[in-house]
Amino acid sequence: MAVDTAGRLAPPPRTAFFNDPVIRGYFYQALLVLIVGGLVYWLGANAIANLTAQGKSLGFDFLRNTAGFDIAYTLIPYSRTSTYLDVFFVGLLNTLLVSLISIVLATLLGFFLGIARLSPNWLVAKVAAIYVEFTRNIPLLLQLFIWYFAVLKVMPAVKQSYSLGDMVFINQRGVFIPSPVPDDKFVWVVVALVIAVLASIAVRIWAKTRLEATGQRFPVFLTVLAIVIALPALTWLVTGANLALDVPKLTGFNFRGGIDLPPELLALIFGLTIYTATFIGEIVRSGIEAVSRGQSEAAQSLGLREGDRLRLVVIPQAMRVIIPPLTSEYLSLTKNSSLGAAIAFPELVSIFSGTALNQAGRAIEIVGMTMAVYLTFSLIVSLIMNIYNARVALVER
Amino acid sequence: MNKKLLTLAITAALGLTATAAQADTLSDIKQRGFVQCGVSEGTPGFAVPDANNEWSGLDVDYCRALASAIFNDPKAVRFTPTTSENRWQTLSAGEVDVLSRTSTWTMTRDTTLGIKFVGTTYYDGQGFLVRKDLGVTSALELGGATVCIESGTTTELNAADYFAANSMEYSPVTFVSQDETLKAFEDGRCDVFTTDASALAGNRLDFAVPDDYVVLPEIISKEPLAVVVRQGDDMWFNVARWTYYALLEAEESGVTQANVDEMLGSDNPGIKRLLGLEGDFGTPMGLTKDWAYQIVKGVGNYSEIFERNVGSGSPIGIARGINALWKDGGLQYSPPIR
Repeated sequence: MAVDTAGRLAPPPRTAFFNDPVIRGYFYQALLVLIVGGLVYWLGANAIANLTAQGKSLGFDFLRNTAGFDIAYTLIPYSRTSTYLDVFFVGLLNTLLVSLISIVLATLLGFFLGIARLSPNWLVAKVAAIYVEFTRNIPLLLQLFIWYFAVLKVMPAVKQSYSLGDMVFINQRGVFIPSPVPDDKFVWVVVALVIAVLASIAVRIWAKTRLEATGQRFPVFLTVLAIVIALPALTWLVTGANLALDVPKLTGFNFRGGIDLPPELLALIFGLTIYTATFIGEIVRSGIEAVSRGQSEAAQSLGLREGDRLRLVVIPQAMRVIIPPLTSEYLSLTKNSSLGAAIAFPELVSIFSGTALNQAGRAIEIVGMTMAVYLTFSLIVSLIMNIYNARVALVER
Repeated sequence: MNKKLLTLAITAALGLTATAAQADTLSDIKQRGFVQCGVSEGTPGFAVPDANNEWSGLDVDYCRALASAIFNDPKAVRFTPTTSENRWQTLSAGEVDVLSRTSTWTMTRDTTLGIKFVGTTYYDGQGFLVRKDLGVTSALELGGATVCIESGTTTELNAADYFAANSMEYSPVTFVSQDETLKAFEDGRCDVFTTDASALAGNRLDFAVPDDYVVLPEIISKEPLAVVVRQGDDMWFNVARWTYYALLEAEESGVTQANVDEMLGSDNPGIKRLLGLEGDFGTPMGLTKDWAYQIVKGVGNYSEIFERNVGSGSPIGIARGINALWKDGGLQYSPPIR
């Protein structure tokens, strides 16, 4: 743009309409829409033409057909006579299971790591730093192979299982833990636990109101702990409820009874947690460091204790920085769970987009459904995190 | 040119095929100068690369026979390793011209995948491999066992059928790739490894101590391992099919890689037709008159291929069994070349 000697901008010269930036803008946008639309149409038409040429059809009727293969680890009843739709749900639930457990564990470990890296203790900070740098720079797939194959190799055979008090057994087939078998009266203990939790919330609200009104503190944590432990325990004793344990037993080739945690599941959860936690740790660290020192100094000068300073001043502000990138970590963790296919964990990609696709030969439908699932997961996680973010975001007054 | 590249990239990415529409695989191959052959990731006896990336095996030799028929050169072929899961897409997308990859011929595959099975290069059946110290002598004792399987195979379905038919429980651990499946079995994740019996024999030799493992006697399925091409290109289908038959026909008439030049002087009309001295059987397929001579010259006959890769001339040492020629009581049978 022309600038005269006095440094002022010259008035824009009159231009032809095709040089008008606004018109040009519209033109390019329209062009882009046309190109993208044309590409989609061309791909779709090409796909249909080629499918017809190969004598294939599109449709979701195959979902009602018998799958004919078995799956080792399912959360819902499944057998070889189940349908492809059942395979889809088995895979979906397994993916959800792994993702949810890993998200919770990775968040806990991640917050711990983030805080440890900021620790004034030199050793703690350095150990955390080395762990983070080491772990996040190795590809996740490789880590999964290490957790799966390296750990599997050193585990004992079934008949030489490690046993913890003859209750828990660890071997090459996984970890076998006793499963609780509650009797009818046990429901009262659960009711007592629910009441205790509600009571704890009430105590906390009451204590906060009192603190704000009178400035007197109340030992909330100890009280809550006492309520949550004592009330259910007392109910258990009084009602005489019984919680039997179904202990795994070695019969034939393997342990039966109890809960079986296969190595594929453990390796996948372990790998995802350890890997994602490093990223969450860095996000937490940056979030805390983003809160200016003045904030905690101001809190200190108000006489707030160390715990309150963190809880009331630093963390709420840090959360604004932490939440958005944390959301994308959750999303990538969910998507990374598909790597479980490499170590034989029957999640969605492995059994639906892998085995089912191969047996049914419905590539477009199955890949489409699988993509839709991950898209839906991602949108739901984003939605939840955005709602939470809106709550913690800076409220302008 | 750029547009063509873009088309190729996008269709390959979608696993669709742009080549099926043109459907003249043979011309494409001639223009390209080599055959693109899809093989397995490494099945002893069927397709294994050596240290110099030179492939060998029964499946590999079939592709070399194709290359000999088209280019008079058994080396005019490039091999693409495929997993049991991605093999059909690799073929449909036109990345390979032919799949010679221990693939079982089934009706569903034949009628729904847009592919055609050319012929059974190896009649196989599914078996079980177990550790000797397990003390199992029959597959019927495997109730409750953990079984390592490669996913997306007929093996997976047969195992489900077999255990259900015999009212036995089992726990399948399915891996995407063969390497991981075998590794997990060797590391003790499973009691049993199951796949085609021929592959079991070869895989067993790859373990650290082969004698610790034993193949159980039961064969639980029919596994006709066949060569596969895309549906809708009959010319190419003919070339693929008659290349296979030429290998059988050569064995039947006693024409070998060593004596093929001598046989050119034979008075036997059958041999004269096979070697292109009487009549012209190559040109209608889009090949030369001496196509079958080139095949035998390049790789030998079926018997030679078999013995060299999986039979008596190999460490695997499988007997011909049902893979013998029909006149020796086996199933291998070629319609007459005339």
